[in-house]
Amino acid sequence: MRSRQAIALLALVGFFIAVYLWLHALGYGGPLKCGTGECETVQSSPQAVQLGIPVAFYGVVGYLALFVVALIGLRPAALADRKWSLLLAGISTVGVVFTGYLTYLELFVIHAICRWCVGSALVITAIWIVSLLSLRSPALRTDRGASRPLPDRPA
Amino acid sequence: MNRFYVVLAGVAVVLAVGTFTMLKSGGSAPAAATGAPPTVVDDGFRGYSQGSGDAPVEITEYLDFECPVCASFAVIQMPTIKEQLINTGKVHWRYRDFPLPIHRYSRFAAHAAQCAGAQGHYFEMQDQLFLNHQWAQTGKDPSKLFRELAKASGVELTAYDQCMEAGRYAQRIEFSRQEGDQMLVDGTPTFYLNGKKLNFRRLPTSDDFKAVVDSAIAALPPKPRPSPNHH
Repeated sequence: MRSRQAIALLALVGFFIAVYLWLHALGYGGPLKCGTGECETVQSSPQAVQLGIPVAFYGVVGYLALFVVALIGLRPAALADRKWSLLLAGISTVGVVFTGYLTYLELFVIHAICRWCVGSALVITAIWIVSLLSLRSPALRTDRGASRPLPDRPA
Repeated sequence: MNRFYVVLAGVAVVLAVGTFTMLKSGGSAPAAATGAPPTVVDDGFRGYSQGSGDAPVEITEYLDFECPVCASFAVIQMPTIKEQLINTGKVHWRYRDFPLPIHRYSRFAAHAAQCAGAQGHYFEMQDQLFLNHQWAQTGKDPSKLFRELAKASGVELTAYDQCMEAGRYAQRIEFSRQEGDQMLVDGTPTFYLNGKKLNFRRLPTSDDFKAVVDSAIAALPPKPRPSPNHH
């Protein structure tokens, strides 16, 4: 349960980072608030658009999916269901791989680092680690027999 | 469990407010580039100029980027002036800033042009600001538009943003304005030919400038002819 709560919180943080970058890509607001000043270089590079869509939008969708799945997995009826943990691990693995590709582009193609992208990379990596750890922890027992009182022995 | 959802909602509200604030504050004109600086320092800069430094005539134009007359002069008359007088080596044309206090964003526009100039794109930015002059009629904050114009001028936006945010050339612009005051600039555009104020009864045309420049060149003392070599 704790791991899904952590993932929901982290996904929320990542979601707002992605929303900020996405709205900026759509032309809302002015220059990015970025201490190093390289965010604009990254965001205005050709690599900031993949398959005709701003990269940040993929982040919005990915983090939203993680958030929703984590919340669904937090329902009492779903807590013991391992498939939600598997789904979270699957989505975050895709996210980590995509983030790794984007970080490679920043370092070796664009030659600039955006603090917001680094922040998002840290968030998705944390989600990924938590989701993997949750797969290793034992599932909750939900079989009814486990909580039934033992039958009385015949005298 | 309920406590977790309260925390989650609280975090969501804080993040949403933070994102909205950053988007809102990021789009406004930075005060450092919009207002007059508290102090003025002469950095030795005397305006961007076009034409040969050896031209017999130098014309200095004091302009205000928000002034519609300056814009129409730049768009309609300057192309012919460039062709007939600047490109022919007759005139060296110098631009000086004279932001009028009645114009809210003229100092900001001058600053945008200076930041573009720092990257070697002053004239491209000046063209963009005058060609897309509708920004001066809307009264809206032109920060976003200026960034787009800077980008269209070939300006690298990271350095541009830093320059604008810091108000790097605010003192230079104010120095130019004070210089204009001393030169008795009383409106924009105001022109000086070799330091002497030109008084036109109406907005001058390229023909007016051709006439005054030709007249000034004709009045110049003839250049001494090189003496023949004796062997």
